[in-house]
Amino acid sequence: MICQECHQRPAAFHFTKIVNGEKTEVNLCEVCAQEKGEILMFNGQSGFDFNNLLAGLLKIDPTFQKPSQSPFQQEELLHCENCSMTFPQFLKLGRFGCSHCYDTFKDQLQPVLRRLHSGNWTHNGKIPKRIGGDLHLRKQLEELKEGLQKCISLEEFETAAKIRDEIRSIEKKLTSGYEGGK
Amino acid sequence: MSLEHFLNQAVSSWMSEEGPDSDIVLTTRIRLARNFEQYKFPTLFSHQEAQQVISEMEQLLQNSGLQKFGQMELLKIEDMQPLQKRVLVEKHLISPQLAEDSPYGAVLLTENEEISIMINEEDHIRIQCLFPGLQLTEALQAANEIDDWLESHIQYAFDEKYGYLTSCPTNVGTGIRASVMMHLPGLILTQQMNRIIPAINQLGLVVRGIYGEGSEALGNIFQISNQITLGKSEEDICRDLIGVVSQLISQERSAREALRKTSNIQLEDRVFRSLGVLTNSRIIESKEAARCLSDVRLGIDMGYIQNMSKSILNELMILTQPGFLQQYAGGQLRPHERDIRRAALIRERLKMEFNKL
Repeated sequence: MICQECHQRPAAFHFTKIVNGEKTEVNLCEVCAQEKGEILMFNGQSGFDFNNLLAGLLKIDPTFQKPSQSPFQQEELLHCENCSMTFPQFLKLGRFGCSHCYDTFKDQLQPVLRRLHSGNWTHNGKIPKRIGGDLHLRKQLEELKEGLQKCISLEEFETAAKIRDEIRSIEKKLTSGYEGGK
Repeated sequence: MSLEHFLNQAVSSWMSEEGPDSDIVLTTRIRLARNFEQYKFPTLFSHQEAQQVISEMEQLLQNSGLQKFGQMELLKIEDMQPLQKRVLVEKHLISPQLAEDSPYGAVLLTENEEISIMINEEDHIRIQCLFPGLQLTEALQAANEIDDWLESHIQYAFDEKYGYLTSCPTNVGTGIRASVMMHLPGLILTQQMNRIIPAINQLGLVVRGIYGEGSEALGNIFQISNQITLGKSEEDICRDLIGVVSQLISQERSAREALRKTSNIQLEDRVFRSLGVLTNSRIIESKEAARCLSDVRLGIDMGYIQNMSKSILNELMILTQPGFLQQYAGGQLRPHERDIRRAALIRERLKMEFNKL
């Protein structure tokens, strides 16, 4: 079949367009099909979409690993406990099932994120005020407690006392924050 | 329905108002993707979970705190007619995906249509702010305010390391998509665009046509947006985009000046021929309409055509889409009937401009 637009190249795309019950057959070659972008617009995505690309990205990975690790078997077994999404399922859909998936598939995820976001794999932007405020304080608290242990073991009691006061004030903030939130 | 009445209903503020650099930048859009912690993502969630997401949003709508962003209305996809959905897609207020593939979808819309919050599309929540002209900082601020307010009532899916968790790993981190719609006839006429697009892609930005992925650049209108959402702050993402957009603006301006110098009369001829087609044609396809509208808009911007509203391109590009034409006609139309309607609508709209004189 020859393309109906240019009448030169062979038709590679065959569309049946039904607009308000009126059926139109369209046979186009690749070049003309691209020009007639209108056809693809409301009938969803073009044939080659993100999922295919993502799946491609992920499937490349195992070849770089040692064959003794048998990565396929491991991935097959791995599934999210919250939504029971498996890794092959994620590959097919290109989308996660729930927020827990990010933790479940963290080992597989890192190389993917690096490729998708030009080498980046940690968040560097906005932190939500409510959940985030807490996060900051808790992180700080952990660090201070570590510091306190260190000071005690080194018998630096003056600094230890200062740190202890800081820890108390943060703990106070955290508890009052929780009450305020609820 | 009279055209004026139809226009009053159909034209959103971002189509008719002018913003900074609006001779080249038509609109600015910021989109933030967010999810509830406790529900599964729309890829897998149950009917019940979908309803819970909607009813949580409905409850928030009752809260007076949300009113400060404007009077909002919740529309459910299942309650909408196909034509209604299509019109919202053509106005960029909802995505084709929400209209076609999201059975439990809904949208919260403000009256001026600057803010729309899509519910249960690919993610539970997608906040969108649409402003006229180049206003990335302003749009980001507006989106952040809504986001902050929602976050004070909703437990978001957020991870210390990965940021805001989204259904698709391409959006994780900031969940932001910042995009700018530009009219670039000068760069097309001087054949520079093919050279520029690959350069923009190398900077982690994407160039698309007016209706997003897979659509062509109808009427010399291009959408430029960020692709990377992880590892950069929202402000940096916007700053990078502004940098590229400002470059494009100055290149487009110099291309227009070069055209004026080298082929003044040819350009003027082209502009008025297109105006002639639009004022006189009885049948017009969307592609030809878009091309002529782009020429006329260029003619207005460059001073060949005077006393005509600049917003005519923005307005008519949207209003001559199939969904709008059918809404104006008050029923479904066959393709060739649409081309007749389109020509009639454009003639009538231009007559309104001529009558102003």
